[in-house]
Amino acid sequence: MAIIERPVDAPATDGGPAVVATPSSSFGYLRRPVQTKGWRSWAFSVDHKKIGIMYGVTAMVFFIVGGLEASLIRAQLARPEGHILSADKYNQMFTMHATTMVFLFVMPMAAAFANYMIPLQIGARDVAFPRLNAFSFWTFLFGGIFINTSWFLGGGADGGWFMYAPNSTTPFSPSDGVNFWTLGLLITGVASLAGAVNLIVTVLNMRAPGMTMMRMPIFTWMGLVTQFLLLFAMPVITVALFLLLFQRNYGATFFSVQDGADPLLWQHLFWIFGHPEVYIIVLPAFGIVSEVLPVFSRKPLFGYPFVVFSGAAIGFLGWGVWAHHMFASGLGPISVSVFAVATMAIAIPTGVKIINWTLTMWGGKLYFSTAMLFAIGLIIEFTIGGLSGVTHSVAPSDTQQTDTYYIVAHFHYVIFGGGVLGLFAGMYYWWPKVFGKLLSETIGKWNFWFMIVGMNMTFGPMHILGLQGQPRRMYIWTEQRAGEGFFNLAFWNLVSSIGTVVLVTGVFLFLVNVWHTTRKAPPAPADPWDARSLEWITSSPPKEYNFERTPTVHALDEFFHRKYEDVGTGDQHEYKKVATGEDVIAEEVAHADAHIHLPSPSYWPIMLALALPIMAYGVIYHTLLIVAGAALLIGSVFGWALEPSTAPESDFDPPSDGGETSKELAVHV
Amino acid sequence: MSDTTITDPGVSEPDPDDGATLDEATDGTTLVDEVIPTATDGSRSDDGLDHLGLAHHTSTGLSNTKLGMWLFLGSECLMFGGLIATYMLYRNRQGDAIGPDQLWDIPFTSASSFCLLMSSLTMVLAVSAAKRHDDRNTRLWLITTASLGGLFVAGQVYEFTTFYREGLGYTTSLFGSSFYTLTGFHGVHVSVGIMMLMALMFMLSRNKVAGDKAETVEMIGLYWHFVDIVWIIIFTLVYLIPA
Amino acid sequence: MTIDTSPAEAHDSSHHSSPPGTIHTEGGTHEGASDFTYVKIALALMVLTGAEIAVSYMDIGKAQVPLLLVMMAVKFFTVVLYFMHLKYDNVLFKRLFYSGLFLALFVYIVALLTFHFFE
Repeated sequence: MAIIERPVDAPATDGGPAVVATPSSSFGYLRRPVQTKGWRSWAFSVDHKKIGIMYGVTAMVFFIVGGLEASLIRAQLARPEGHILSADKYNQMFTMHATTMVFLFVMPMAAAFANYMIPLQIGARDVAFPRLNAFSFWTFLFGGIFINTSWFLGGGADGGWFMYAPNSTTPFSPSDGVNFWTLGLLITGVASLAGAVNLIVTVLNMRAPGMTMMRMPIFTWMGLVTQFLLLFAMPVITVALFLLLFQRNYGATFFSVQDGADPLLWQHLFWIFGHPEVYIIVLPAFGIVSEVLPVFSRKPLFGYPFVVFSGAAIGFLGWGVWAHHMFASGLGPISVSVFAVATMAIAIPTGVKIINWTLTMWGGKLYFSTAMLFAIGLIIEFTIGGLSGVTHSVAPSDTQQTDTYYIVAHFHYVIFGGGVLGLFAGMYYWWPKVFGKLLSETIGKWNFWFMIVGMNMTFGPMHILGLQGQPRRMYIWTEQRAGEGFFNLAFWNLVSSIGTVVLVTGVFLFLVNVWHTTRKAPPAPADPWDARSLEWITSSPPKEYNFERTPTVHALDEFFHRKYEDVGTGDQHEYKKVATGEDVIAEEVAHADAHIHLPSPSYWPIMLALALPIMAYGVIYHTLLIVAGAALLIGSVFGWALEPSTAPESDFDPPSDGGETSKELAVHV
Repeated sequence: MSDTTITDPGVSEPDPDDGATLDEATDGTTLVDEVIPTATDGSRSDDGLDHLGLAHHTSTGLSNTKLGMWLFLGSECLMFGGLIATYMLYRNRQGDAIGPDQLWDIPFTSASSFCLLMSSLTMVLAVSAAKRHDDRNTRLWLITTASLGGLFVAGQVYEFTTFYREGLGYTTSLFGSSFYTLTGFHGVHVSVGIMMLMALMFMLSRNKVAGDKAETVEMIGLYWHFVDIVWIIIFTLVYLIPA
Repeated sequence: MTIDTSPAEAHDSSHHSSPPGTIHTEGGTHEGASDFTYVKIALALMVLTGAEIAVSYMDIGKAQVPLLLVMMAVKFFTVVLYFMHLKYDNVLFKRLFYSGLFLALFVYIVALLTFHFFE
C-alpha cells in the first residue's frame, strides 16, 4: 500500500479487506510486493513500526538464548568441582552469553524502541530511509542467526566477548567458533551503522513543524546521542574484526607476537569501540526512564536542558576513557593515570542525571505502575553499579579487582540494572501504544519483584566473590579454594546461582504477562497513562501513517499542554485539565490530511541482507559461496537503486467510483 | 554567501508549496509528507490535486541524502584511521624481510597519485556540468573520472605485484600485512567508486535516475573525493615519510 | 496551484516562500567556485604534491616530517573545503564531518602514544 487517499468528506476508517494493488512493471527484474496482510507484509515491509516490532521479538528470543547460556554458567558454578560444563564448553558459554546479550539482545531491543518511537515522538510518518531501515533489521537477524549456527558447526566462539588476540587466533582457538563470531559481528555491525545514519538524518531532518531540538523528548535525544556513538564506534571494531579475520583465515600476522606484533593493538581497537558501546547500551534506557518518571510523577522532567547536555557529555567523554579496561595490561603509569582521571570525570554527568531523575519525583504525585517500578529500579541498581565502577577507576584498586568477579558484579549491575530494567520499563510503558493492550499490572508487579530480587541475589554476592579472589572465566572452583567464614566462596556462589533461578522466573513472568495480555486483555485506550509526548496522539496501535495530520508543536511536552492549561498566576504554574487524550486525537481526526504518501514495500532490503551471511559462510567453507553471495549483493544493490522509493501511480487500478479525487486501491478477494 | 548557520524551525506553519520539481533521491528517501493547511474556521481546503510535486521538506532545509553521506564519511574517518594507525605501528616491523624504504618506487606511485588527484578535478567538473544540465559533459567528465580511477587501480595492482616479486607478501611480515590491508581497503573503496560511476553513467543515459540528477552526481562525487583525500594521507604517511 | 498564505509574496518556480523561522538553505548548490577556479585549485594541488615529493628526497633533518605533514594537511583540507564544497555548504556538514575526523585523530594518536610511538 503506497498511497492512502481518502475521499474528502469521509472519515478516516480502519481495517477493511486485504488490499492488493496490481503489481507494476518496474525496470528491475522483480515487481513490487503488494500484500498488506500475511507474512509477506512483514518480510517486505518498510514501515518503521513493523520493523520495530520485529527487532523487539527477535531481541526477546535472543534474550532467552543468552539467559539459557547464563543459567548453564551458574549451574556449573553453583557447587565446587561442577561437571555440567567442560572447560572448553564453559569458555564457549560465557563468550556466547555475553555476545548474545550485548549484540543480539540489548542493542536490538533499544533499536526496537528507537525505530518504533523516534519517528512518532518527532511527529514523522517514518524514518528518512525506510528501505535502509528494513535492510538493517534483516541484516541483524541474519547475522544473529549466523553467529548461533556455530553451536552446530563446531562450537561457539570461545575467546570471551572481548576476544583478545593472540588468544583468539587459530593456534589457540582452532575451531571455527571465532570465525563465526568475527563474521557475524561484521554483519550485525553493518546493520548498526546503517541504522545510525538513518536515525540521525531522521531526527535532524524530519521533525514536525515547531519541534525544535530542545523540544524533543529525552528518549529521542538519548537515541540521537546513541546513534552518533554507533556511527563512530562501529568502524573501529570493524577494523579489529577484519584484522582478526585476515589473521585467522589469510595468514596475516597482526597478532603474531613472534613476528613482533603487539597484543595491545587488539585491546586498543576493541576498547575504543567497547567503551562507547556501554553507553550505547545504557543511554536508550536512560532515555526511557526520562520519559516514564515524569508521567508517573505527574511532573515535568526536572532540568530538561541538564538531562540533554549530560547525555551529550557522557557520549563525548566516553571516547576518552577506554584504556580503563586495560589498567593491568602494562600500559605504564602515565597512560594509566590519564585514563583513571578521565574515568572519574565521567561519573559527573551520570550523577547529574540521577539527581534530575530524583528531583523529578520529588514532590510529585507518584503512581507506582510497573513501568514506574522498573524506572525507579534502574535509578537504584544503576547507581550501585556506578559506585563499583568508581572504585574501578582508582587504578591501584582496579589491579586487585580486575579479572575477578567484582568486575562481573559491576557490569551486570550497570547493564542489567541499567540497560535491561530501562528496557522493561519501556515495554510496560509503551506496550499499550504498540499492541493496543495494557500488560497486566498484577503480573507485572510479580515480574518486577522477581527480577529485582533475582538480580540482586545473582549479582550482589559477586562483589564478595570477586574481592575474595574468584577469577572470571574460570570454569571451576574447588572446595579447597573456597575458604571459610562469612565470605567463603561456596555459600555465595550458591546464593548467586539460586538468584539466577529467581531472575529467570521473573523473566518468565514477563512472558506469561505477554501471553495473558494477548489472550485476555481488553483493548487499551489511546492515552492510558495521561502522557506528555507526541507518540500518544495516535490510536493504539497507531495507523500505518501514524498521525492523522502532522502535528504542529508549540512546546516541550506538547501533548501534555494540549490537555492541560496553565491557570496559575505569575510564576506559579497550576494546570487544569481542559481536554482528554481522546479529545486531542479527535481534533486531529477532524483536520486529517486528505493525501498521505507512504514509502512502498520492497524485496531488495531482505535480499541484500541475505547476501551477507552467504558470503560469510563462504569465508569459512568455500570461496564459491563468496562469489555467489557477492553476485546476490551486486544484483540487489542494482535492483534497489533502480527501484523508485515510492510505487508510481500505475501501480493502482482505476478508481472504483469513477471519480478523480478518490482513488481507492483495487480490492482483490 | 558563506556558511549559513542552521536555525531551528520555530513555530511555523508548514510551507504548502516549495516550488520544487518532482524530485526524489535514488535511495530510500521518500517521505513526501504533504499537509494541506486548514483555514481557521476548521474547514479543510482541498484542491484535489496530488501534491506529489513537492520534494520533501526537511527540518534543516538540507537534503536527507547529503546529510547521510557526510555522516557516513565521518564514520569512514574512524575506519581508515584504524587501518592507518595499525600501519604506522607496524611499518618498521619487517624482521629480516624487505622493508618500506627499499621497496618504494616514488616516481611511479607519484604518477598514479596524480591520476587520482586529477580524477577529483574531473569529478568536480562532472558535478558542475550536471548542475548545468549539460548531459554530454557530465558523461564526459564521469568517464574521465572513472578512467583516471581505473588507471590508479591498475597502478596499484602493478605495484603490488612488483612488491610481491621483490619479497613482500601479505603474510611475510607485520609491515607486509599492514601495508597490503591498508592500501587494499583503499583500493577496494576506489573500485567500488568506479563501479558506482559507471552505474551512474548507465542510469543517466537510460534516464533511470529518480529525482535530482545533479544531487546524485554530487553524492557520488563526495564519496569519490573522500577516497582521494584518504590517499593524500596514505601517500604522505606511507610513501613519503621515511620509515 | 498554491494556497497563498501571504498574498504579497510572489511565487516563482525557482525560489521558496519562507514562513518566518524556517530554514532556507539547500545544500549550497548555488555558491562555490567556477570551473576555472577548480582547475586552478587542481593545478595548485599538483604543484604542492610535487613539492612534497621533492621534500621527501631532501635531507633537512627534523624539519622534514612536520613539513610533509603540513603539506599533506593543506592538500587534505583543500579538497575537503573546495572540491567537496564544505566551505560553501551549511555549517552542519562541517560539524558532522569534523567530528568524525577529529575523533579519529584523537583516539588513534592517544593509542599510538601509549605505544610510545612518537619517541
